[in-house]
Amino acid sequence: MKHVIRKIFVDFEKEEKFLNEMSATGLSLTKYSFNKYVFEDAPKGEYIYRIELLEHPVEHLESQEYIQFMEEMGAELVTSYHRWVYFRKKAADGEFTIYSDNDSKLRHYKRIMLLFWFVIGLNMFIGLLNLFLGNLISSAGRPPINSYLSIVSFSLVGLLLLFLVIPLRKKIDRLENEKKIRE
Amino acid sequence: MAEKMEHSALTEAVYYILLSLYKPMHGYGIMQNIKELSNGRVSLGAGTMYGAINTLLEKGWIHPVAVTEEKSRKKEYQITEVGKEIIKLELLRLNELIKNGDDIAGG
Repeated sequence: MKHVIRKIFVDFEKEEKFLNEMSATGLSLTKYSFNKYVFEDAPKGEYIYRIELLEHPVEHLESQEYIQFMEEMGAELVTSYHRWVYFRKKAADGEFTIYSDNDSKLRHYKRIMLLFWFVIGLNMFIGLLNLFLGNLISSAGRPPINSYLSIVSFSLVGLLLLFLVIPLRKKIDRLENEKKIRE
Repeated sequence: MAEKMEHSALTEAVYYILLSLYKPMHGYGIMQNIKELSNGRVSLGAGTMYGAINTLLEKGWIHPVAVTEEKSRKKEYQITEVGKEIIKLELLRLNELIKNGDDIAGG
């Protein structure tokens, strides 16, 4: 039976935890698209889930090679969303981690950070564009709808900074610090 | 600079991957082998290993082995002479660490 849960995560590690908790109760993820998780019944705790942001889109040759390698390692690509991929591995086959040392964890975090900044940059650009258009329209004596839209964009930038960038920055700083003395 | 880099410490992942590849092995085999060698202590992440293998290939410390069995599409790798030299240097370094550690802190 299919179960749909709608949820938004800003932290992929919390999302991973959620998927593994669901798996422990006998619901395994089979499909993800924006804020929509589709689960199917499975034996309790059958799978361990891991989420990763790839460097390239899923269809890209390098991503395909990587996914094939993961399959050789006993993992299965469950679903993907843009560059985000959802892997799972049977818990009976032992533990499943993607990044096991500080260096590779950091590289992954930084890849995510870059994506966050890209989204923020895009919002900034749209906000500025609307601000400019709003001024233009209001000087023509019409209601400046675009100015209001720009406020939405700028607020979004603020929220993204607060809930995406700052928490991830903390994780990166902690790892960077740890890396000074440990591998 | 490059020469100096070659004398600095290897990561645990790289060290154990190189050791595993004294015999030709594919990714899954490497992971299992490292787990065995370390009595279950080191469980290498698949992504970490993938990155390390690609870097080692680029550096020429390991090379891909032509797979003979038709059915197996899994890529196998083996250590090169350069890789073996690197391991020898690392062993010297590790032995120095152990000797000094034993002398000062060891029972």
